[in-house]
Amino acid sequence: MFGYYLNLALRSLQRTPALTVLMILAIGVGIGASMTTLAIFRTAAGDPIPAKSAQLFAPQIDICGANCNRRNIRTDDGIPVHLTYRDVRALMRLNAPGMQAAMYSTGVTVTPPNPQLYPLQLEARATGAAFFSMFEVPFRYGAPWGRQEDAAHAPVVVISRALNDRLFGGTNSVGKTLRLNTEEYRIVGVIDTWQPVPRFYDLSPGGLNSGDVLFIPFTHAVDMQLPTNSGLGCYNPGPLTSLSSLQFSLASECAWLQLWVELPTAAAVQRYRQLLTAYAAEQHSTGRFRSTPRVRLRDVKQWLDYNHVVPPEVRVAVIVAFALLIACLANAMGIITARFLPRTGDVSVRRATGATRTAIFLQSLVEVALIGVFGSLLGLMLAGLGQQVSRLLLPVNELELVRFDGADVAIAVALSIMTAILAGLYPTWRMSRVQPALQLKVQ
Amino acid sequence: MHPILAAMRRNALGPALIAVQIALTLAILSNALLIINERLVAMARPSGVDESRLFVIENQWMGKPTDVPARVQTDLAALRSLPGAVGAYATNAYPLGERMWSFGITLDPDDKSTQILAGMYLADSNSLRVLGLQLIAGRNFNRDEVQSYSGLFSTVQPPDAIIITRQLAQQLAPDGNVLGRLATIGFPPTSGSGSSVRIVGIVKSLQIANVDAAGLPQGPRTSNSSLLLPYRFAAADSYYVVRTASPAQVGPVMKAATSKLYAVSRARVLRNVESLSTARRGKYRSDRGQVIMLVAVSAVLLAMTAWGIVGLTSCWVNQRRRHIGIRRALGATRAAIVRQFQAENLLIAVAGIAAGTGLAIAANLWLIDRFQMDHLDYRYAVLGAIVVLLLGQAATLWPALRAASVPPAEATRTV
Repeated sequence: MFGYYLNLALRSLQRTPALTVLMILAIGVGIGASMTTLAIFRTAAGDPIPAKSAQLFAPQIDICGANCNRRNIRTDDGIPVHLTYRDVRALMRLNAPGMQAAMYSTGVTVTPPNPQLYPLQLEARATGAAFFSMFEVPFRYGAPWGRQEDAAHAPVVVISRALNDRLFGGTNSVGKTLRLNTEEYRIVGVIDTWQPVPRFYDLSPGGLNSGDVLFIPFTHAVDMQLPTNSGLGCYNPGPLTSLSSLQFSLASECAWLQLWVELPTAAAVQRYRQLLTAYAAEQHSTGRFRSTPRVRLRDVKQWLDYNHVVPPEVRVAVIVAFALLIACLANAMGIITARFLPRTGDVSVRRATGATRTAIFLQSLVEVALIGVFGSLLGLMLAGLGQQVSRLLLPVNELELVRFDGADVAIAVALSIMTAILAGLYPTWRMSRVQPALQLKVQ
Repeated sequence: MHPILAAMRRNALGPALIAVQIALTLAILSNALLIINERLVAMARPSGVDESRLFVIENQWMGKPTDVPARVQTDLAALRSLPGAVGAYATNAYPLGERMWSFGITLDPDDKSTQILAGMYLADSNSLRVLGLQLIAGRNFNRDEVQSYSGLFSTVQPPDAIIITRQLAQQLAPDGNVLGRLATIGFPPTSGSGSSVRIVGIVKSLQIANVDAAGLPQGPRTSNSSLLLPYRFAAADSYYVVRTASPAQVGPVMKAATSKLYAVSRARVLRNVESLSTARRGKYRSDRGQVIMLVAVSAVLLAMTAWGIVGLTSCWVNQRRRHIGIRRALGATRAAIVRQFQAENLLIAVAGIAAGTGLAIAANLWLIDRFQMDHLDYRYAVLGAIVVLLLGQAATLWPALRAASVPPAEATRTV
């Protein structure tokens, strides 16, 4: 029966090629536009570390007290995003129920081993050994440095695969030395392609936009007083003598560090929250704050939400695309209606020769669904095109990672068939109500 | 009028669908026009400098050299000696760049609330000429006023003179009459309470370096609140701004400049080597992207709506061939039939526009709430309505002409 319906549908579509093309176009354009923006949105708002996003937490302490100008803090609750050096030092020494990694981004001058190449200025992340296991960083050569190197403040470095390709032609560079600023570092590992999107562990803008291509021990970076790359939020800076005094002094209230904690169980989260609260209360009682500062502990998803990572351009694009989809649907519905209603004549003939109302209804639905299938094919093609175009247009670096997967294709097909059926439901129903006798009499 | 209404009442679905389409199109179109205009206005803001003749090189010294001021002088001499280059200076920021320093400035040091945040550029006596700034009052910096400055945390004598933009002058004093007056500025930052300086010149316009930061908590309130301080920036990391004799020479001189600087010393990193035209394109990339996207969406939408109207009206014409035939047989002219369909569409379009305006305002209010967008100007709604109306009339024309060609004899046929 289905084959027969399909045959009828194809014939009927061929009878009015212009309208058929128009309907397919309407559905295809709507689906194409909305799929493109949806894929961008999902990439921008996606989970950068699905396996662990519920176990990684960022603590916050509200160091902005009574005299502090909260207008300069851009978060919704007015708590600084970053932590001060003194707080990070103290929190790292807590007997925390999980691994912790403090980190910040700094710019380093890299002297390529090949003297033909000019020096480069690149973004380096100063962090601890725990970073690599907490964030499940894959390694191509070598391995991360260990706790001993952290403790020894050792000049070791982990480099990205791209940098390894650039400096060493992709060969195993583990054990070689690399000159960063004015110092020699020993390469201990080369990470494989790894770029969580968005870079949840440090969402601060600025920096060099090269991404994290070098990793060095935090303890060593502090020894070298390496300056932070991405802004310093100072709430009680003290004397302005040097950048490093603002960063590393135990007296200055400048927030600029990120700290992440891995808390695998609910009990661990509970325990860490208690430790954090107790630390804040203790800081109040020692006279650093006039009242007990607020503390927060957010996991990756809450953190991304809190920091509004999806750029407004992308949100506007999604809204515009869906408005376009609705307009396209209204359009398709109009054309489908216009196309089906005048056809009461041949429906009457079929009804008179024995087709039931259900049969007419089903047959018409097959026809509309077929339009949906063609529409979705066109939509997917347009979405592929749109993906190429959106890369050129939108500024988000992460767009290079926008991909369509099987789920997207399935959604597109389902959406457009549903659309077509929805649009065709009323005209189809009207058609199935045709009174054969009445129509035939006119004929 | 009567036959139109009667016909529509008998078959309300078609006209209703056209009206819905028109309403949606208008709602999307007028908001799209608003956003497009907003972006275009932002993109058209002038930087105030001769962008087409300028390029920038960011220079960073390796290690911690102690003779940076001397090295910067050597570099600048090398850049000025390049064929095609007509001037160069070293600074902390440039218009359309990413980095900006902003400090408070006020005429009344006792009242902190009068302080205005201004974008700050370090400049020497060449800078006005290099950038192509137009001095509208006062004078340029003298050579002996320009000091060397090696970074935010270094100690330096307060400036002897400053040059400000006209807009900043108007912000400081409503009449803009500030030439020769003393202002207190938060520079150098190590000075603590700020220093008192004389305003010696006013330039017509100079955009702040990071224009996106205008209006943000820590940024200047307007994109033209800038001032120039007489310092040659000799820090570990600074910008060289170079002017070329003609726009065509920017590319070649930029290439020659990097090799020349590396020839002077290799112990440095040169990056962000870009012409100001490139900087402008980069700065407004996302704005341009939005404009292109919205124009494309609007065009597609209008095309879809037009085709939809053509399709629906054609079907409707087919349905009413007999009715048209009867009217023709009773003496209606072809022109009268065309007029009937055009009037029908007009009626439907007006209904759609009424609904669409409401929808447009609702969508706009929601966008304002979510994205701090501007209020919908009635001009965009009117413009959108006119476009939609004309589109409807144009799209109806073809089916209407087909209707007019129905022969009166049709009245006698049964179908």
